[in-house]
Amino acid sequence: MNLDTLLLGIADGISYAGLLFLVSLGLTLIFGVLGVLNIAHGSLYAFGGYAAASITRFAIGHDQSSAPILFASLILAAIGIGILMGLILEVGLLRYFQNKDPVIKLLITFATFLIFEDLQKLIWGTSPYSAGEIVTQLGTVEIFNVVYTVYQIFVIPSIALVSYFGLNFFLKKTSLGKQTVAITHNREVATALGVNVNKIGTFVFVLGAIFGALGGALAVPVSSLSPGIGAETIVVSFTVVATAGLGQITGTLITALLIGMARSIAVYVAPEFEVAIPYIIMLIVLLVRPHGLFTVAQSRRI
Amino acid sequence: MNYARTVIALACIVLGLGVIFPWAKTIIILGLCYGLASLGVALPARSGQVSFGHAMFSCVAAYCVAFIAKAYPTTDGLLLILFGTLLSTLFAAFIGLFMVRYRGIFYGMLNLAISMVIVALLGKLYSLTGGTDGIRVDRPTMLGVMTQRSEFETILLSFTLVVCIAAGWFYQRFIKSGSGEALLGLKSNETRLEYLGLSAQRVLWVGYVISGLFVSLSGSIFALAQGLVTPEMGSWTRSGELVFITVLGGVSHALGPFVGAAIFEAVKLTAAAYMAGVWQLLLGCTLLVVIVVAPQGIMGAVAKRNKQQANS
Repeated sequence: MNLDTLLLGIADGISYAGLLFLVSLGLTLIFGVLGVLNIAHGSLYAFGGYAAASITRFAIGHDQSSAPILFASLILAAIGIGILMGLILEVGLLRYFQNKDPVIKLLITFATFLIFEDLQKLIWGTSPYSAGEIVTQLGTVEIFNVVYTVYQIFVIPSIALVSYFGLNFFLKKTSLGKQTVAITHNREVATALGVNVNKIGTFVFVLGAIFGALGGALAVPVSSLSPGIGAETIVVSFTVVATAGLGQITGTLITALLIGMARSIAVYVAPEFEVAIPYIIMLIVLLVRPHGLFTVAQSRRI
Repeated sequence: MNYARTVIALACIVLGLGVIFPWAKTIIILGLCYGLASLGVALPARSGQVSFGHAMFSCVAAYCVAFIAKAYPTTDGLLLILFGTLLSTLFAAFIGLFMVRYRGIFYGMLNLAISMVIVALLGKLYSLTGGTDGIRVDRPTMLGVMTQRSEFETILLSFTLVVCIAAGWFYQRFIKSGSGEALLGLKSNETRLEYLGLSAQRVLWVGYVISGLFVSLSGSIFALAQGLVTPEMGSWTRSGELVFITVLGGVSHALGPFVGAAIFEAVKLTAAAYMAGVWQLLLGCTLLVVIVVAPQGIMGAVAKRNKQQANS
């Protein structure tokens, strides 16, 4: 492999890692605060992507194909889907199983995942969806002799970083964020001190759902969606989250980069093993550190 | 409810159905395979460990059968099942060494991750595995006799039924044994289990190997009954269906997974005929209802009723 393919692999990796980070961030956030591993998170990614494709088509159908409008429709789709499905899942369902065994909660989200999987097929059918217009609108850029799209090398990573710093600001500097951290330390003590656990739980769940849907919405211009994407997403993002250590935000960022890069480079070096790369990395990490790379003993989650 | 009598009655019904409706034999065999595989998932589930990737063992066993049948075309059907099961169980024993270090969510998702690796590799290594098209398994001799399709199916059905009853009997014996009780104890309090001088990891490993054995056995039979092995046999949907059957039937008695599998197959056939598009939606809704109404599954509800009748 020569230098150019390596650079291409790295550029692919940055873009892929950005998407991976957004989805994994939602998953790890929800787990950290609510103790639920949300299998339906994969559906959020899929629904976010499909909704974004639909809105993009609608906008183009009405002669609104300038880059800002297309971009806004991606973001709006993600926020809309995140709020809608986040509320359905948390307020409508998971709230009633708050004190149950984690495995029961896992089964509940698995059941909703199955339901969403069919709903998705009923709404959007089984033919592949994509919406590449925004990528063409933004054009390409040349870095070290490698031509790459602005959307992948600039837009996706910036949104990922904005989400990362925004979430950190929220958790460390705002009152609501500090209360959220308090819940992850100790739910009962936080309740006793007057933190409204239910309200924050719903807020965090919706926020996590928006991150999941955002991953899908930003992915749809550069890849095509088809049934089964939800399952693949939840497993890969779980791989990232487990490798980083459940509830570790900075760890998730680093791990998403690592896995994203490794997978994208593998596309050029060993294409047969590309799909297996994330899992192999996870298995190696977990053999050495059973609780993930960035988990500190007795640390707070999130 | 008398369990022994129920088992005999059910076995007679299954055989009778096979005789009266010859076209249904394959469906019944596949249904029994689902039950057998769910019995495997049920064993670790007794200790609170629900696996979302156990279908991988049926997939590995089926590919072992296909590879052996391809390399040595004259191998007898029973030998194929034996070797497929043996190799795949060894694989389960190896994976188990890693799995027993994890509990709960990690256990479930790591099983899923490994099954995804296997399915992905089986699909990608085209020259070796035939990709997603899979490998055909020609009808082998049974006990040295080359048979017609109908006779072959009858033999396979009887064999599967015997295997299922033997596995169910073993399951009942095992859960009453020291290791089996320890598995249940693992769910309520792992620390106390260790204080009793038992190694929790060892207890779980034994359970994992037996569970791998059941699922592998079902996969080997499945390969012969279907005559085709594909990577899809190990897919997450298949593993999810096994979890569904286990939760529906309940893990307190070996009958649970088989009753669950019967209901599952019946619903699947009905759904395929009348509402093909919403099959998973139906499964999801049923799962939610079962978790709310009967968290211990059908056999849990039956056991509760038996207890109430005994008390009154």
